[in-house]
Amino acid sequence: MNRQEKERYLREYGQLKAKGKPFFPYAVAKDGAMAVLVMAIIITMSIVLGAELGPKADATTTTYTPRPEWYFFFLFELLKVIKPPALVPLATIGIPTIGMILLFLLPFYDRNPERRIERRPIALTAGVLTIFAMGFLTYLGASAGPPSEIDVPVPANIAAQGPKSLAAFKAGQTVVAQSGCGGCHKFGENGNDGPGPALTEIGRRLPAAAIARTLVNPTAPMPSYQGLQESNPKQFDEMVYFLSSLK
Amino acid sequence: MAKLKLPVPPIPPQLKPLPKRPGKVYGPQTPLEHAGEAAATAVGWIDERTSLSGAARWMMFRKVPKGTNWFYTLGSATMFSFLSQAVTGIFLAMYYVPSSTRAYESIRYINNDVFLGEFVHGMHKWGSSMMVILIFLHMGRTFFFGAYKYPRELNWVIGVVLLILTMTMSFTGYLLPFDQRSYWASIVGVNINGTGPLVGPYLSDFLRAGPNFGATTLSRFYAIHMLLLPGAIAALMGFHLYLVAKLGTTAPPWQRATSSEELREEQVSS
Ligand code: HEM
Repeated sequence: MNRQEKERYLREYGQLKAKGKPFFPYAVAKDGAMAVLVMAIIITMSIVLGAELGPKADATTTTYTPRPEWYFFFLFELLKVIKPPALVPLATIGIPTIGMILLFLLPFYDRNPERRIERRPIALTAGVLTIFAMGFLTYLGASAGPPSEIDVPVPANIAAQGPKSLAAFKAGQTVVAQSGCGGCHKFGENGNDGPGPALTEIGRRLPAAAIARTLVNPTAPMPSYQGLQESNPKQFDEMVYFLSSLK
Repeated sequence: MAKLKLPVPPIPPQLKPLPKRPGKVYGPQTPLEHAGEAAATAVGWIDERTSLSGAARWMMFRKVPKGTNWFYTLGSATMFSFLSQAVTGIFLAMYYVPSSTRAYESIRYINNDVFLGEFVHGMHKWGSSMMVILIFLHMGRTFFFGAYKYPRELNWVIGVVLLILTMTMSFTGYLLPFDQRSYWASIVGVNINGTGPLVGPYLSDFLRAGPNFGATTLSRFYAIHMLLLPGAIAALMGFHLYLVAKLGTTAPPWQRATSSEELREEQVSS
């Protein structure tokens, strides 16, 4: 906006304001009514939905679902939409940072004096697209339940090795399923496709030792399973055994 | 004694006090009547020393342009949801113990044994969702109404800081119940943070209070959640509101002052 436009705005605004009504009691009444409505909704939600508490946090257990509060779903889902590992930093930090910078600087690059949205096609499009994208990602996050069951066919070589191997395989499958790995990885038909890579054939790509190393020392954002390895090495080994036999 | 200068609301003429008549005595006479004036006297005493009534009048009796609608209540609604969080949060803090061994039990104690405990806990929990929804709606309103334009750019920037602080608030609060869900989600969240360029790893280390997620992490999240962020949010909210009062609330974008040259030009040309 140049000086003339600024002056014109201030002049017109001054006139509109002079013709307005005092904040108290007119705007205060509306704000008050809205405040009552907001409080009523919060109280109703508290009574109806309560404040449920899950099982106690335990660094060594294997049953968890790493799900953020729903209003972070759109950030979390970005991780799933953008798959290639090289691009993951883009999803975790790149896009949110760029979005934040764009949001901060909005008044400085949008210098169009027009305020009516129907005459600001770019702002209208960008705004609607942003709302749509965030709504869609939130919906994806809400509908993608963290699967706690894995149902993969037993590999032929495991079955051939006899009941002992089969039992270890099944035990590992249960541990992996209960560990919430499916929240981020795909196992055949089960699990979410991302943010992490699919593990359907992980045994073909990585030897058991490398899998164990990744579990203890994973790349972010995956949590470490060192706690499990220390407290329950048997379960940890079963986990590694199961994963390394997925071929 | 200085004359009390309370802001006078716009009262309809029928309700205004009658003008004074000669020969009648006004004001308190008996000691009892003087006592009845105590509140006004106290307010007058404070005002004589602070001159706050001018500020109150400036804030409350500024004019708001015609045509402001219900969308303009979203900002104050955000503020009320924050106040609700502050009050319920204080009550939760009376029972909550920020220790990795006792946090979970203290929340369970609040839910099961404290009078109205689960109710207050629920209000705090759902109030956070409410505040996040309202802040986004308020931001949408100011965006679509072009309210971030001259001369309110700075208020937009402060608003974005408030948005980030509010999201950080919910992130740090989510860990506090210390159940499985919140514990593991916070680990993933902090890890995501750590992938950020330059400051990412340092920020993660700071949040965790060390290389591992442990007991100190919880107390650090707690201090950030209940001291640092609320203080910052309250201060910025005050500045945000000061600027709203100083610059005035925008008129709806479609509102035009009829005497404006622009409109006359438009009418002539059409
Ligand atoms: C804690 C959060 C916030 C609170 C309590 C708050 C409160 C308020 C209030 C009470 C107003 C007066 C007018 C109205 O209600 O519409 C206002 C105006 C404004 N707010 Fe906020 N706000 C918050 C966050 C934000 C955010 C996130 C943004 C944008 C990024 C923002 C940008 C603005 C702007 C530009 C105005 C001037 C609007 C006008 O004059 O029409 N605010 N805010």
